[in-house]
Amino acid sequence: MKGSGRSGAFFLLAPALVFIVLLFLYPFAYGLFLSLTKADGAFTIGNYARFFSDARDLRTVWTTLTIAVPVTFVNVGLAIPFSYYMRRGAKGEKIITFFLIVPITLGTVLVSEGMLSYMGPNGWLNQLLMALRVVKAPFRFTHNYLGVVISLGLQGFPYAFLMLLGYVSGISPDLEKASQMLGASKAQTFWKVLFPLMVPGIAISFCLNFVMAFSVFPSAVLLGQPSGPTRVISIAAYQWAFEKFNFNAASAISMLMAAIELVIISIVLVWRGRTYKGASIVGKG
Amino acid sequence: MKDFKRISVRRMTKRFGEKTAVRDFSLEFGKGEFVTFLGPSGCGKSTALNCITGLIPITSGEIFIDDECIDDSRVKVPPERREFGMVFQNYALFPHLTVRENVAFGLKLRRLGRVEIERRVGEALKLVHLEGYAAKYPAQMSGGEQQRVAIARCIVLEPRLLLLDEPLSNLDAKLRVELRYELKALHERLKVTTIYVTHDQTEALALSDRIVVLKSGAIQQVGSPPMIFSNPANLFVADFVGFKNAWKARIESMSEKADVLEAEIRVRGQALKARLPYPDGDRRRAAIVKAFLSGDTVRTAIRPEDIRVGSYPGMNSLRCIASLVEYQGHASQVSAALASCGDDAEGEPGERVDLRSAIPVVEGDCLDAAIAPDSILVFPEPSRGPEDDEAQEYST
Repeated sequence: MKGSGRSGAFFLLAPALVFIVLLFLYPFAYGLFLSLTKADGAFTIGNYARFFSDARDLRTVWTTLTIAVPVTFVNVGLAIPFSYYMRRGAKGEKIITFFLIVPITLGTVLVSEGMLSYMGPNGWLNQLLMALRVVKAPFRFTHNYLGVVISLGLQGFPYAFLMLLGYVSGISPDLEKASQMLGASKAQTFWKVLFPLMVPGIAISFCLNFVMAFSVFPSAVLLGQPSGPTRVISIAAYQWAFEKFNFNAASAISMLMAAIELVIISIVLVWRGRTYKGASIVGKG
Repeated sequence: MKDFKRISVRRMTKRFGEKTAVRDFSLEFGKGEFVTFLGPSGCGKSTALNCITGLIPITSGEIFIDDECIDDSRVKVPPERREFGMVFQNYALFPHLTVRENVAFGLKLRRLGRVEIERRVGEALKLVHLEGYAAKYPAQMSGGEQQRVAIARCIVLEPRLLLLDEPLSNLDAKLRVELRYELKALHERLKVTTIYVTHDQTEALALSDRIVVLKSGAIQQVGSPPMIFSNPANLFVADFVGFKNAWKARIESMSEKADVLEAEIRVRGQALKARLPYPDGDRRRAAIVKAFLSGDTVRTAIRPEDIRVGSYPGMNSLRCIASLVEYQGHASQVSAALASCGDDAEGEPGERVDLRSAIPVVEGDCLDAAIAPDSILVFPEPSRGPEDDEAQEYST
């Protein structure tokens, strides 16, 4: 038994490894290969050079960041107080969680369709606002920057919230009591004890939310103005691949997307490392 | 620290919905006193402690420090402004802070200067023998060391009242004894007023000036360790501090003296003389006299260590048959059935006798058990009200 231990462990790992190789490593390597070749297979860095010299494509990086970064900050920023107030459970917690999960299960397209009709010029939201005389003419919630942001908020907030809730409710309530007994007010306890312990969770949920928002595609097409203000980087990649049938150029854009995401994730992880110096044990003491 | 003479808790009650966790709890603490709340799990001792800190709001009652009201129906000083310190069973150290930062936490909140903080943290760590640990994180330390940090974190603030909630329960037996000594030494030195919560009678006896025994949220007895140990107020306290042999008995006769009550009792046909240390005016005395007059059954309480094997002049002699013998080194723990030895062993089992024997005993042996009259206590049969679910424990 002892001798077969290692190979036994390998066989247990095998299915996961096969998945990772087939669904992640191979496509990634293939994409990298495509991005560095011409259509005939010859090596080139022209695909990247083209992207950086094409002002319209280059602008998509900025456009995407102006959508993804604020959305991520809002989602995580809202998730922190929400998860804090619900850390010991709250009345109607199940109902709240249910309504938060619904947008995830419905999928982006259905949520976008819903928003188009409810928030459109003749939707009930605008009718309500006009009836209440908040606005004179229908307010444009959709087919612009705001529409994409709202949709990403609906989709991303539940992830951030549920993830942080798991983190905060895992912190021993005795730590809060201890802090209070040492003379800390509620606010001081939050900033000196809970927040530092939440930092790893905040960092992870920020990264996930950012990656989701940065690779936005359906919302940007359905709820935004894909030709202009919300022409995000994934739209550029899509157009090169399926309108111009240049997979090499599209692959280069995908690789750049990954690189930008990695840069942002690294920044967040560096922040996490500086803020949270303690051991990885949360609150168990 | 604001100086004070005494802390008074008056008729403190805490209800969670239908359940009363703490009932009419009244107690006074003198400055510098070490008071222990002792009781089984679920008796409300931790709740009582948390009510005094303010972490759990009380339903009714009041808490005073001298004339300063800190909790009643109108005033409620929040926990962070009561200047109490609390040590938790699971230490509750901040895992993201070093030992130094943990101990300095409260000092920084009080906006003291850097030099003074440094000095006081150093002193506190020295007091708990943790010099050189200042830069470590809690996760890098053993349980005993972590608990010392937790204690240092409290005493560095010179709290008016130090509350310890089962601080030794998470430690192994050896460390528990070590840290118990240290707590005692620390209290001797600092004389900080302390409330200590435990379910361990040894800890309570070793540390306390006074012990408060609790059951179902109500105080059963308040007294010095020797008093609780040798003169429990009722069968519950007796059981909790190590009395066993709660046999059903009837009182045949009694004579009242000024400081003792002499009674002849009968347990399963065998007669016993008891000299009960219940002076005139004692509630227990009144209850026993009442039981005698109305012919009610009573319960005995005798420590296993007070029952010897053999016949001794001037002592009661009981006959019993050993049914289970547990060798424990210097003595054996013997379970026996009360029965005269001619009895059929297959017959109805008698009352169980728990005794400790220094001489070897074999299962099935017929024993003469000797009990001195003044090692027997007698209590009225516990009432079986709705709050006395534990009462049935005595029937075994």
